[in-house]
Amino acid sequence: MSQQVWIAGGGVICGIGKNVEECLTSFENMQPGIEDMHYLQSAHKGVFPVAEVKSSNAELAAATGLKPSTSRTAMLSLLAVQEAWQSTGLGDIKQFRVGFISANTVGGMDKTEDFYIDFLANPQSGQLRHVVNHECGAATEIVADAMGIKHHVSTISTACSSGANALMLGSRLIKAGMLDAVIAGGTDSLTRFTVNGFNTLMILDQALCRPFDDTRTGLNLGEGAGYVVLVNDELATKLPGKPWCKLSGFANANDAYHQTASSPDGTGNYLAMKTALERSGIEPKDVAYINLHGTGTANNDVSEGIAIERLFAGATPPASSTKSFTGHTLGASGGIEAVFSSLAVRDGIIYPNARFQHQMKELSFSPVTTFSKGNDLPHVVSNSFGFGGNCSSLVFSR
Amino acid sequence: MEKLMQDLKEQIIKQLNLQELTPADIGDDQSLFKDGLGLDSIDALELIVLLQQNYNIRIANPEDGPKIFASVRTMAEFITANQKS
Amino acid sequence: MINKMYIRGTGCVSPQQTADGSGFLEEVRTYQTSRLPVIDPDYKQWIDIKLIRRMSRVIKMGVAASQLSLQEAGIQSPTAIITGTAYGCLADTGVFLNKMVAQEEQMLTPTAFIQSTHNTVAGQIALMLSCHGYNNTFVHRGFSFENALLDTMLTLQENPTAQILTGGVDEITDQSHAILERFGLYKSSNIDTTNILHSETKGTINGEGAAFFVLSGEKGDNAVATIDAMATLYKPTDVYERMNFCADFLSKNNIEPTAVDVILTGRNGDFSSDLSYDHIESSYFPGATIACFKHLCGEYPTASSFGVYAAVQMLKAGEVPPAMLFGEAKHKQVKKVLLYNHHNNTHHSFILLSVC
Repeated sequence: MSQQVWIAGGGVICGIGKNVEECLTSFENMQPGIEDMHYLQSAHKGVFPVAEVKSSNAELAAATGLKPSTSRTAMLSLLAVQEAWQSTGLGDIKQFRVGFISANTVGGMDKTEDFYIDFLANPQSGQLRHVVNHECGAATEIVADAMGIKHHVSTISTACSSGANALMLGSRLIKAGMLDAVIAGGTDSLTRFTVNGFNTLMILDQALCRPFDDTRTGLNLGEGAGYVVLVNDELATKLPGKPWCKLSGFANANDAYHQTASSPDGTGNYLAMKTALERSGIEPKDVAYINLHGTGTANNDVSEGIAIERLFAGATPPASSTKSFTGHTLGASGGIEAVFSSLAVRDGIIYPNARFQHQMKELSFSPVTTFSKGNDLPHVVSNSFGFGGNCSSLVFSR
Repeated sequence: MEKLMQDLKEQIIKQLNLQELTPADIGDDQSLFKDGLGLDSIDALELIVLLQQNYNIRIANPEDGPKIFASVRTMAEFITANQKS
Repeated sequence: MINKMYIRGTGCVSPQQTADGSGFLEEVRTYQTSRLPVIDPDYKQWIDIKLIRRMSRVIKMGVAASQLSLQEAGIQSPTAIITGTAYGCLADTGVFLNKMVAQEEQMLTPTAFIQSTHNTVAGQIALMLSCHGYNNTFVHRGFSFENALLDTMLTLQENPTAQILTGGVDEITDQSHAILERFGLYKSSNIDTTNILHSETKGTINGEGAAFFVLSGEKGDNAVATIDAMATLYKPTDVYERMNFCADFLSKNNIEPTAVDVILTGRNGDFSSDLSYDHIESSYFPGATIACFKHLCGEYPTASSFGVYAAVQMLKAGEVPPAMLFGEAKHKQVKKVLLYNHHNNTHHSFILLSVC
């Protein structure tokens, strides 16, 4: 049994950098990673800007040692997991009981959609190696096997909140004494399937997204992977450096309002944040920064904003959406933003919300627009909300 | 207009998989959403594609949906007004 | 600290008549094909016509099984909803993919995309029940249902009085069957599910279904059985690792092998895959009755949820239905069942259940 669950390190790869250091530099220099589609082959190239990881599949294969035919989702995942584990300085992973909990939304879809072109023409056609790793769990296993993780593997898929939910199970497994450490987070590569899917919902912006801005008209998709390493009390004392922070609270609640849209008053969002703070044992006034879900859709930002105003009752702490830099990385976003939020506590970082200009008329607060570090941030909340009414909030504490 | 409305009713039933409904069950002026037929925002998105597919009319802003899809008659009027000859 | 989960309600939609109110395996459905479809109940008894028009089979199956289990538990709405599904909503995924390819990414509609999301079943149940509680979906191949059970167990540690709706669900589609068939997973000739477990040839039969349970840390009025322990083993390197793992599982949970009345295994008729079961059965449980379930529901990644459902029915009746026996019955009354299942020899799980 462990009293606390510590964040011992983390790793990220996304549209603004291939590791934590590069991402932080991009924030500091106000350089979002959302551009014209370059690597994904789609009819919507040039129409919808996206935040791609700036590497081809061949380059990712070379960097990971995986076969070039491997799903991009698994390759991104492995790079972020390697960085995450290395950052802890704990050495040989096989000495400990380590679990791997990874989230993603469409598994090996990037390969399956290639397979389907041939398969639909002829059911005996299409290379099976392109569908053999279609299942969401396959990407997790490719990474677990490459890392030598065996004690526990699981994959979570709850749409855009998936990555955050991975940290919840990880925390519970450590608290129950079942594992010493858990690498938890999420991964997703861009696919035609998701680009077209979000396009049918008419929530993709053809310009750069503007989270929490009154003129926002939709989100930009992104890709990437992000993981934190959760450890128990005992391992936390064995770290060569200090742990980044604690995962002190978390909660998942269901909006139970609509399959894709948030309720106008953000019921699920409110419940998730409120319950997470309760579990953490803190009051709303103790929260020093909120990493917003902040997709930039008309619906999300108003619901999330109203839920925040209700909970923080006129004293909303600094808040911003890092999706204005990374795009919405779906199953990865909860993991990527868990890393950013942990770093926020460690280094006192408040991230900028890019392109904010116009105050939302429904809200009294506006997002932070500049980068700063060295702030006093004892508690940071990170929100991730998804389809199916799935709302998750995490609390990171010093 | 009558023919167009009849066509639309058939297309709506098919596109939205409204099982156990026939065109006769949908009134020309009956509200398609909420209290009327009970359609929702996902259906509105389906209807936007229906207009594009069958009548080559594009609706760029989904917020225009509720007005255009108020009833079968408003849809037909919108189509008549916007169809390229 | 709770040490077991009480099963307060069960619901199942499967290739057997599990959703029509008849007694479990009173009448056994047999199949002569490599694809076992579920017997669809009249879903309209649980689902509003306005909702049903958008639902693919996997969602209907999941909703039906969840409703049956809630009814049995005598509750309207659970505290939390946790599902496991390896493939997710394959039919909707297929519809969207097909159109995307055929229409070259033009004029696509949202419904299939929305419904293709892996947490659609859990989300729909929450929406129908207005359940604002914890909601999670596990999608890890042959561990999807086991991970859902694990999450349930850990959540109940924090809140033992909770009543959690937990289930496993997967569907077959024409395209998924065609693709899986190309991997050589299924038998192609002389298939008869009545004797498939003794076939001694390669390949199995494809299955699908949904099995849901209402689980709690407290007994309540209608609990019939308990899940006492569960453990998973990922990619064992050899037979010794499997055997040692089983021995550890028994000793960690203080179970004498002789106390296990029935060993319920996931034999699927593929002779090489069934060897794992032979080893465990003969080494540890020579005195136990051997029972099987995959000739009834087919092989699929969340088939262990059907296995748990079948185990509960055995514990309820105190006996093994003749159609499930593999060899002769050795027990007097069924009080303890160990379910040992594996999927593709990669995902192994042990679930211990007792009467209560």
